[in-house]
Amino acid sequence: MKIESIVENVTINIDGQDVEVPKGINIIEAVKMVGKGKEVPHYCYHPKLSIAGNCRMCMVEMGMPMRDRATGEAVLEEDGTQKIAWMPKPTIGCATNASPGMHILTGSEMVKESRNGVTEFLLINHPLDCPICDQAGECRLQEFSAEHGRGYSRFIEDKNVKPKRSRLGPNVTLDDERCILCSRCVRFSKEIAGDDVLGFVDRGTYSTLTCYPGKELSHNYSLNTVDICPVGALTSTDFRFKMRVWFLKRTHSICTESSVGANTEIWSREGKIYRITPRRNDYVNDTWMTDTGRALYKEIESEDRLIHYSIEGVHKAYDKAVVAATELLKSGKVAMVGSARSSVEEQFFYKAIAERCGAKVFLVSHHGDGDGLLQSEDRTPNLRGALLTGLISELPSENLEALARAINSGAVKTILAVNEDLTDLGISKDVLAKVKVIYVGSHANRTSEVANIVLPSLMVFEKDGSFINQSFRIQRFKAAIPGPRGVQSDFMVLEKIAAALAGEKATAITIDSVWERMTATIDQLSDSLRWHSLPEEGVALDATAFLNLGFVETKNLKYDPVAFREAHAALAEV
Amino acid sequence: MAKTKVLERKPLTPMEKTFLPQILSGLKTTFGTMMQKDVTLQYPEERPNIPDNYRGVPTLVKDPNGREKCVSCQLCEFVCPPKAIRMTPGEIDAEADPERAHVEKAPKEFDINMLRCIYCGLCQEVCPEEAIFLQDVFSLSGYSRKEMINNKEKLYELGGTLPDQHGKWDKKKAAEQSGNAH
Repeated sequence: MKIESIVENVTINIDGQDVEVPKGINIIEAVKMVGKGKEVPHYCYHPKLSIAGNCRMCMVEMGMPMRDRATGEAVLEEDGTQKIAWMPKPTIGCATNASPGMHILTGSEMVKESRNGVTEFLLINHPLDCPICDQAGECRLQEFSAEHGRGYSRFIEDKNVKPKRSRLGPNVTLDDERCILCSRCVRFSKEIAGDDVLGFVDRGTYSTLTCYPGKELSHNYSLNTVDICPVGALTSTDFRFKMRVWFLKRTHSICTESSVGANTEIWSREGKIYRITPRRNDYVNDTWMTDTGRALYKEIESEDRLIHYSIEGVHKAYDKAVVAATELLKSGKVAMVGSARSSVEEQFFYKAIAERCGAKVFLVSHHGDGDGLLQSEDRTPNLRGALLTGLISELPSENLEALARAINSGAVKTILAVNEDLTDLGISKDVLAKVKVIYVGSHANRTSEVANIVLPSLMVFEKDGSFINQSFRIQRFKAAIPGPRGVQSDFMVLEKIAAALAGEKATAITIDSVWERMTATIDQLSDSLRWHSLPEEGVALDATAFLNLGFVETKNLKYDPVAFREAHAALAEV
Repeated sequence: MAKTKVLERKPLTPMEKTFLPQILSGLKTTFGTMMQKDVTLQYPEERPNIPDNYRGVPTLVKDPNGREKCVSCQLCEFVCPPKAIRMTPGEIDAEADPERAHVEKAPKEFDINMLRCIYCGLCQEVCPEEAIFLQDVFSLSGYSRKEMINNKEKLYELGGTLPDQHGKWDKKKAAEQSGNAH
């Protein structure tokens, strides 16, 4: 599905080069589109926020083709080209929109002078405490000071003193001295988060960022203000002083908090994750994500992490546990409790396993309150994957009472449970004692305690895979850190079991060979699609087959169930 | 291959046959050196004078007030070519240490692996706080690999105190106290 709006292009001239850009785009974006790493330096402009135009860093020279006022005829140069009427003073790029024939200079003497001037003024009251500043390394002020600063200060008076460590909210600490008053955080809170708590008080150099009296920056999107802060004024209380950013490796991943599937970047060093930040995807999450989603990595090091393959509570080698699990599945009367938290690849294998041992598949829904932005009602990242792989054909139920009845009647003798605590879902421990349980999961719970066979699995940060989000967009996540020692990748374990159930020999598989099989059987995935070649922004899949299911998501940032259904229905008619 | 040319050796003169001139010239050197100042040192009892810019074992130093200078910016860890430096940054507890609360940051752990260190001095050069110095310790030995990793305590013990020309953080504190807040 592609919704393309018709964009009118105009030709403008940037630094002597004619380029085609969409009409009305501002100069900062236009220069970015020209490419070659060219950039108009800016602080206050953010592509997803309103234009404030207060930092004055994005100054460019602008001119329009000259016309005679009286006659309206073009005024020509001697060589026959139209004369350009340059504005006498530079103008800000963020609030200048491209119009036909516009001429822009991004590197002229006047532009450089004005940037140098802005930089010098920003630095007069800046504490220059880069050695202890968390933003160092990703600080716009630091970068532009190197480019446009003079290297020494002409300011001989005392610098302003402002509060250094004020708490703005549970997750954000403010260093007011570093603030350059760009107002990005103020605009974010007001426009995106819808909680207008931040604002500037006092005048001139005493201007200070504060919360509205009696309130704090406590909404679930507060850490986005830290991301968009161009300097080190807003710092994450969690990440503060933990690690310098230049040591951290960035891995593209997907947030597992809800079915929104926000694109994330995982920052890790030597197998330890330090922070998670949003990654821009205009189809899914713009440049934002929730605070709660950022904290999910802490479960990696939790005490109850499953790290051993075990049979009847005794640690066993991985292949022995797999063989035992296969034997148990072969014995018949199997039920499977799948998970909408597994990746698409895993669900594909669970489907194969369920088919091969004739298991009925149950799935449990995990619902919560949606916030209308990036936290949807469905708190699983991959329910659509379970539908697409055919693991389930209708929406999951809230509990497993049907399964409990089947156990009591003796129709089920073995349960393969994936990442769900069955005792929470209407199957009491006594009932569970009547059956053999194979538990596949990353963390221990009451079910794994009583399980006959435990197969530990990796968390999303430790494996490659993909999720299908609320709008049927398949998105890829990559392993950022290695899993616990000895724990195998999930789909390799599942391949062993699935192959043994079919009486075949398990093959050594890679994620792309899984995709080869998946694209061959799943209609919605085109045959040439491979995990490695999935575009960064994901691929929107055909959802026509599932439109009549009553998904729980209501309208949020990028998804409107009504509009989504209508767009798909219209597409199906065509 | 070049052909070896054999030189004819001249027969010794009668004087030379007595060996006296050779012995005397040898003794001249012996007695001459006996009169001169010693050029060797009785190491390890006597230690050489180490010039100020000598690059010995890297150490951490404290400022004249006995406060730790390092703010764990990790630039030395970044610049270290053999990756000998390892540190865990930490926050200064403002309540436990109000004197230094304004510095905010200090290393929790600081290890320099002397089996890796190549004494290049880049850490000293890069340090924005002038907290790490390659000083005059030139001989370092230990019985185990673990012993050769200098931890924070050891580094401060080796480093001692160096005069601070700038007093950056003291100035910061003074500004905070008097300040020009309105």
